[in-house]
Amino acid sequence: MPEIFVITEHRKGKFRDVTFEMLALADKIASANDCSVTAVLLTDHAYGLAEELKSACDCVLIAEDPALGNYSADEYLAVLEKIIAQKNPLLTLVGNTAMGMDLAPAMSTRFSIPCVSDCVNVEISDNASLKLERQIYGGKINACLLMKPSSKYIATVRAGTFPADRDRGKNAKIENFPVPAFDNLGKRQFIEYIEEITEDVDITAADILVSVGRGIGKPENIALAQEFADAIGATVSCSRPVADKGWLPKSRQVGTSGKTVKPKIYIALGISGAFQHQAGMKNAETIIAVNKDPNAPIFNIAHYGIVMDMFQFLPKITEKFKQEK
Amino acid sequence: MDIVVCVKQVPEVKDVDLRINKEGTDINNRDDLVMTINEWDNYAVEEAVRLKDAHGGTVTLITIGDEDAEDVLRRGLAMGADHAILIDDEEFKGSDAQGIATGLYEVLKDLEFDLVLTGVQSFDDGWGQVGVILAELMNLPYATLVVGIDVQEKGLIIHRELESNTLEKVKLSQPALLTIQTGINTPRYVSIMGIRKVRNIEIEETDANELNLPVDQIGLEGSCISVRTLSLPPAGRAEMLTGSLDTVCETVADIIRKKGGIS
Ligand SMILES: Cc1cc2nc3c(=O)[nH]c(=O)nc-3n(C[C@H](O)[C@H](O)[C@H](O)COP(=O)(O)OP(=O)(O)OC[C@H]3O[C@@H](n4cnc5c(N)ncnc54)[C@H](O)[C@@H]3O)c2cc1C
Ligand SMILES: Nc1ncnc2c1ncn2[C@@H]1O[C@H](COP(=O)(O)O)[C@@H](O)[C@H]1O
Repeated sequence: MPEIFVITEHRKGKFRDVTFEMLALADKIASANDCSVTAVLLTDHAYGLAEELKSACDCVLIAEDPALGNYSADEYLAVLEKIIAQKNPLLTLVGNTAMGMDLAPAMSTRFSIPCVSDCVNVEISDNASLKLERQIYGGKINACLLMKPSSKYIATVRAGTFPADRDRGKNAKIENFPVPAFDNLGKRQFIEYIEEITEDVDITAADILVSVGRGIGKPENIALAQEFADAIGATVSCSRPVADKGWLPKSRQVGTSGKTVKPKIYIALGISGAFQHQAGMKNAETIIAVNKDPNAPIFNIAHYGIVMDMFQFLPKITEKFKQEK
Repeated sequence: MDIVVCVKQVPEVKDVDLRINKEGTDINNRDDLVMTINEWDNYAVEEAVRLKDAHGGTVTLITIGDEDAEDVLRRGLAMGADHAILIDDEEFKGSDAQGIATGLYEVLKDLEFDLVLTGVQSFDDGWGQVGVILAELMNLPYATLVVGIDVQEKGLIIHRELESNTLEKVKLSQPALLTIQTGINTPRYVSIMGIRKVRNIEIEETDANELNLPVDQIGLEGSCISVRTLSLPPAGRAEMLTGSLDTVCETVADIIRKKGGIS
């Protein structure tokens, strides 16, 4: 029976959601093609973690070693090379995350397995080839890909695309994989995690967010958004480029590498809607987007869309609320 | 410190109505698109030039592209890079990340360097793979999503960006390859005057044939993909508000009052 492997992802003793999202996807592919699903767990301490995976797959394959406590490319690659060579999974799923972006391309090259990254859907087609969907040009174009036949494939999966339900009614068997000795490593060493702490306002606590993107143009214009926010009692947040340029503090950034917010209203001004941004705001109750570009991907997830120059919109809408006071 | 930076020219598509050809194989208004440097690569060039200013050495740029890609090289030279290499070849058309990395590798393997920088991802293809594949081909230690570089006597201390406001600190020996994330610095402004000043710097040109690259390793033939079908995303769920500025703003104000519970 062909096997689908999922490389699980955890940090500081906790699974990342993407692990269960991938297991759900793997289960879906497996049921359609009569495959089994194995969760691969590299850790220094499997106890507890392995238990959590049991109801979501057919097998939990554990490689336990003190050197595998935190993700580190060299050690992970050394172990995975052995696992994949011995077990021959048809398909290996890896998260398109800070870990997976670091790991998967190296697995592909070192183990000579073709790899397609950042997939939003993965299927096995009739002739055992892989059919994938991904987005290009910042989400403006969808691409459906058929891979050339191969005995193994790697696909990295966009986080947040599949539901992360942990219970798939399974009861996995547990298997321990002997960890090879780590020779000749040490060119890259994990030192520590650093959590960034800020004293700024907490955007995750706001009921209404007025969020500005690169379309705001220059730092002086942020005052216009602030004025609008003040008029409706909202907080100002932003997309990544605005924080990258230092126009607003990093603590205001919404998205995968910023904060996840769920306000009553999210007003996106001049934000194109890249998936890393969407990941942080798509669960807002009401999303209103203002963008000059009618094809901006933000309109795919907004509830209300306005194709307009925000510099026309902002003064007028602010005026509407100021009049009331 | 001698640094090599891989840069890519990508189309600017904001505010552009992208259209797809009948066969669904490509964008059909490609020739009308304005080309620019891949955002991540701009940060990588800036970082390389800053490291050079702080520690001495040289910065060499490499790109695989058509003859127009000379523009990104000139732009990088204007930012302070010293040399530029253009791999100009039709044969790379349709390459996947492995094909591009293979082409870059053929040039890099003959260069002397302490550090290779790429961007985290290219805006158009968005593989986020070329840097790491190149590191593997070169057998270099690497780190992705780099937002901080501290050069020490014995190697590099790197800050990688993870999800949810967390950084990872790692130590790398040199030479190494880093994929650069936006925000690591503030790239300098490049003026037309600046680009004019570097117009006499010679750009080294090469191609697949000169690099002895087997054509079955690059382009469509070397790619792991057999069929690629493009489509426009289906229309989204947004209710589009139209009308005069005043009507639209009145409607939005009503939505805000209702959904936000503002009286
Ligand atoms: C690993 C990784 C992590 C990332 N994490 C995040 C993250 O946490 N958060 C995040 O936001 N991004 C993140 N990004 C970046 C993301 O890919 C995009 O580059 C970014 O979200 C784009 O921001 P933007 O929409 O503001 O800018 P752009 O994509 O440049 O969009 C600007 C928009 O403004 C519109 N516009 C311009 N002028 C006007 C005007 N006058 N009126 C109205 N509209 C106008 C344009 O039509 C365009 O749609 C990450 C990327 C990577 C690789
Ligand atoms: N054609 C190219 N020429 C030079 N460098 C490239 C090319 N394509 C990708 N790169 C480099 O690889 C990085 C990641 O690209 P990608 O894997 O395509 O997302 C980019 O930021 C560039 O630094």
